[in-house]
Order: sequence, then structure tokens, then C-alpha cells
Amino acid sequence: WRAPPGTRTLTPRFGPSKPMLAFRFLRALTLVHRTAANSSNAARSRRIQRAAFASMAYSAGPRRAWSRALLCRLHFHRARRRCAGRRRAAGVPRRPSTTGSPADGLRRLVPGGTGMDYCGLLEETADYIRCLSEQVKLMQSIVDSVGPGGR
Amino acid sequence: MSSRRPRSWQSSSASRITEEQINDLVSKLQAVLPEARIRRSDRVSAAKVLQETCNYIRSLHREVDDLSERLSELLASTESSSAQAAIIRSLLM
Repeated sequence: WRAPPGTRTLTPRFGPSKPMLAFRFLRALTLVHRTAANSSNAARSRRIQRAAFASMAYSAGPRRAWSRALLCRLHFHRARRRCAGRRRAAGVPRRPSTTGSPADGLRRLVPGGTGMDYCGLLEETADYIRCLSEQVKLMQSIVDSVGPGGR
Repeated sequence: MSSRRPRSWQSSSASRITEEQINDLVSKLQAVLPEARIRRSDRVSAAKVLQETCNYIRSLHREVDDLSERLSELLASTESSSAQAAIIRSLLM
């Protein structure tokens, strides 16, 4: 059976599976815990923030433009760190919002947004927000359970 | 699926984005925003939805930063075995 020409194959819109997201992030967290035990809090927190975006991007996989952009950025920064030995926060860059349409503001916030057309931007943003809020929920639940009184 | 438009906006490009498609995408975006920020039942302008979306994404980024800091402090303060046990427990719940 072949789909009639012109129809798009539907990708399942279930989003990243929560257990996979949790597994990836916890694995990264364990690694940070093991290797950065004597680092400063700021350095460790930066690594955790990077791990958060990395596990989001890996869970979403290459099916989304925002996750592809994040993965590119993470790999690029990792390569640069190895070569130059410089430290850079490879999370999502925070650029001050300058004047422009709201769509421009959105393009700066969503990874890979600058290359998207308007419709693509809207779709990618909705998916990005869904994944980002899942990541936040995951981190919050870890903090709640590990933190004081979490037993 | 052909959508008849009252005016003939003949576009030579392959994909003609209709206003309905854009409205549909904007309302899908509105559905993803939390109720506190923008009521789903309200019909708000696309610009307002985009503005609220930007604010929401910024606040989510801030939450990730804050939670990263808290996790970093927790990793430093708790004993490794108890932290891992608590994490695994939270996964199973």
C-alpha cells in the first residue's frame, strides 16, 4: 500500500516519552554528580542546565527543527570546548529582546527559530513549549523528592 | 481540500498559507499556554498570543535555571546513595 502522492506521512504526535526523558536526564545528573562533586555550584548548575536541554533535545530526536537546532548547538559547543578549552554556557542563549514583532521575539527564543517561516515557527513553538514544560515538571519532581522532607 | 476565498489571491508559490491555517496554528499555541496567562475561551489577537508565548517561554527558561541551581545544591549536600535512592523512588511513583 502506498500513500497517494501529495499526502504527508503523519508522524506520531505523542511527543517524547516521559520515561525516556526522565531516564536521560537522571543519567546526565548522575554523571554530573560523579564528576563535578568538587566544582563550584555555578559550574555544576550550568552543567545541569545543559543536561536538561540535551535530554529534551535527544528525547524529541531529529523529528523537530527545534531539537535539531539544540543538538547542533550542543555538539558545536562541546567541540569548541574540547579544542579551545574555553567555558561557555551551551544552553539556550539569552539575548535581550530588542524591538521587533512578537514573531521576531519568538524566533529568538525558540531554538532554530530564525530559519523558520511563520507557520513552521508556530508549530515548533507549541511543541517546544510542551517539551520544555515536561522537562520543568521532571526537574521539579526530582527536587521535591530529593529535597528536605522528600522522603 | 480546497478552500474557496472570496477574493482570488492567486499565489504562484507552491504552498498557499490560508488565514484559516494560521488561525488554527495560533489557537493551538494558545491551547498550550497555561490558563493563568491567557484564557483559552477568549478570542485574542495573534499578536497577544505570541507575546504571551514569549513571556511564557522566558519564564520556563528561568525555571530551568532555578531548578538547575537547586539540583546542583542538592547534589552537593545530600549523600550520594540516599540521593540516588530518592531519585529512583520518584521515578517509580
